Amino acid sequence: MNNPHPAGLKDLVARQIPRRYRAEWLFEKAGLGALVVGLGFLAFFFYTLVMNGYTAFWQSRIALDVPLTAAVIDPDGTRDVDLIGQANYQGLLRDALRTRFPEVTARGELRSLFALLSPGASFELRDRVLTDPSVIGSAVEFWAVADDDVDMLIKGHSSRDVPESDRRLSDQQLAWIDALQADGAVEKRFNRAFFTSGDSRDPELAGIWSATVGSFFMLLVTLVLSFPLGVATAIYLEEFAARSRWTDLIEVNINNLAAVPSIVFGLLGLALFINLFGMPRSAPLVGGLVLSLMTLPVIIIASRAALTAVPPSIREAALGVGASKMQMVLHHVLPLAMPGMLTGAIIGMARALGESAPLLMIGMVAFIVDTPQSPVDPATALPVQVYLWADSPERAFVERTSAAILVLLVFLLLMNAVAVILRKRFEQRF
Amino acid sequence: MEVAKTKAPIIPGSGQQEEIKAASNEPSLRSVEINLTYKTVGDFAVDQAIMAARDVNVFYGDNHAIQHVNLDIARNEVIALIGPSGCGKSTFLRCLNRMNDTIESARVTGEITLDGEDIYQRQMDVVMLRARVGIVFQKPNPFPKSIYDNVAYGPRIHGLARDRAALDDIVHTSLRRAGLWDEVKDRLEMPGTGLSGGQQQRLCIARTIAVSPEVILMDEPCSALDPIATARIEDLIDELKQNYAIAIVTHSMQQAARVSQRTAYFHLGKLIEIGTTDVIFTNPSHKLTEDYITGRFG
Repeated sequence: MNNPHPAGLKDLVARQIPRRYRAEWLFEKAGLGALVVGLGFLAFFFYTLVMNGYTAFWQSRIALDVPLTAAVIDPDGTRDVDLIGQANYQGLLRDALRTRFPEVTARGELRSLFALLSPGASFELRDRVLTDPSVIGSAVEFWAVADDDVDMLIKGHSSRDVPESDRRLSDQQLAWIDALQADGAVEKRFNRAFFTSGDSRDPELAGIWSATVGSFFMLLVTLVLSFPLGVATAIYLEEFAARSRWTDLIEVNINNLAAVPSIVFGLLGLALFINLFGMPRSAPLVGGLVLSLMTLPVIIIASRAALTAVPPSIREAALGVGASKMQMVLHHVLPLAMPGMLTGAIIGMARALGESAPLLMIGMVAFIVDTPQSPVDPATALPVQVYLWADSPERAFVERTSAAILVLLVFLLLMNAVAVILRKRFEQRF
Repeated sequence: MEVAKTKAPIIPGSGQQEEIKAASNEPSLRSVEINLTYKTVGDFAVDQAIMAARDVNVFYGDNHAIQHVNLDIARNEVIALIGPSGCGKSTFLRCLNRMNDTIESARVTGEITLDGEDIYQRQMDVVMLRARVGIVFQKPNPFPKSIYDNVAYGPRIHGLARDRAALDDIVHTSLRRAGLWDEVKDRLEMPGTGLSGGQQQRLCIARTIAVSPEVILMDEPCSALDPIATARIEDLIDELKQNYAIAIVTHSMQQAARVSQRTAYFHLGKLIEIGTTDVIFTNPSHKLTEDYITGRFG
């Protein structure tokens, strides 16, 4: 037998080796490069969000000595909650400001002095008095919420160096703020209102609570509807239905639906749920239904993948000892597939949480101040709140938009973490 | 060559009665054409048959995987099904408790009876059938549950135990009879998947016998095991035959010779020869059987 490699096998292979290593090196570096680019974008994204948004978690407040005159709050001394609630707290705050700056007397000047405080400050004062009526009659130090223009100045988001006509605050107002700051009467405090209140025209009073509750109701509806339906569909298709042209057609359609733009689902929801079935507009119930339509294909696909991953030997083992098909599925296949299904469901839910386009179609883009009490109350959702604030002209909404995005991201991270934990926890080796 | 004409029912198709044409001077495997009509060499019928297959054909789509097979399984015997890969012995075995039902393209014709009842009849409940005809698979496939739950699963779903004590009793007995008790008695709550391969297979056997089937089918139960584990399983098969009829598919001729009383040789979907194991291994009648036994192919 003559040698098929006249040059010698060793030489031939040796000639290839450097090229092989070079190709391998290139491949590895290309992958690393892609990763670095991706991480770079992510880092930039987080950096801008955090830098824009972190200041929203603090809110400037102005300290005032407010005389809680009994004659104004509770003239008859009845301590009647309704009467106390209706008192003129704004007047009290204004009196306090006037006391602080006695030199201001002109009507126009007074108006710009009062504009340093947020319109919401008086409500906070009222709440304080209502929670502890014993303070009536005494003078208290009250940290009143500053107006958003003041807040922006304190946080350094608006500049003093531009001409007065281009500024939101006049030179006079700047002087008052300086005077207050010199007294130590201006402070940035934790912005609780951002997490506890609903939307507002005044940025310093606007919060994400009502949007969060709206999102929660919506996701609840979505989960309750799409998880059982999706899992049942997947089980039927994977374990019971005989393969035929029909099941193939259904499969293609499900895969297609998963890729349909979400706004189309919004239009469908508008036509079907609101126009045809007459469901309420702006309701998380309808939002949940629409998001269910959108999430179902994702859950079905993930559940089917999870079912396919269960080894056939487990099914055979169950059938072999005489289990019926349903027993096989419920006792053996489903427990093994459940982590995968849950992961798919949570990822689908996370996608639904971040969805805004279909909600615009069904009226969840409204200005909602009240926190929804049920899934049929008008509500908005977190991503829609972001959209609304991003659209608002006030400078103070810029930081709030970023802050709302950060909160949304935290929720998404939490959901994905739960998915990972569930997978690790219930993963069974077979 | 002896043919039991009296016991075999008339097989449809005129070609059935012709002699197989495989010429003795053609050693190649290809020399036997799929379409050749043939007649099994040897007596496929027994007096005390618990299962009887008559003119069984299996089709996977257009593929005629099992052709006109007649075979009886006697009580308290071990029958070995041997033959080269792809000859249909596993397919035939899986027909006996309708595991082929799970394969969509599979179609079975002919008649298989268990205690005289046709198992492919409408009235035969497949769940009941599989309780009566248990199966042990090639790869050990314990459930990812505890050892106890693995064995208790069958009795539980069939309602064989009235209370926990009765169930305990079934589980313990089954594990003892499967020769696994001493190794696992202290860790019944451990997952069955944590056992070694040989132990897992014995666990699967315990799971099968926990239902007290009448017939146990074994599909190459030792092919994934080392010789020591194999020897244990073979001992176990020997003991189990006192109570059960066992049909075992094996690739190891030594194993067939060691554990079985009768041996059936399959070739390309046909049952070529059936006889007592002694005769098949010492004095096979058919050229193909002889070639396979002597190791010329397979």
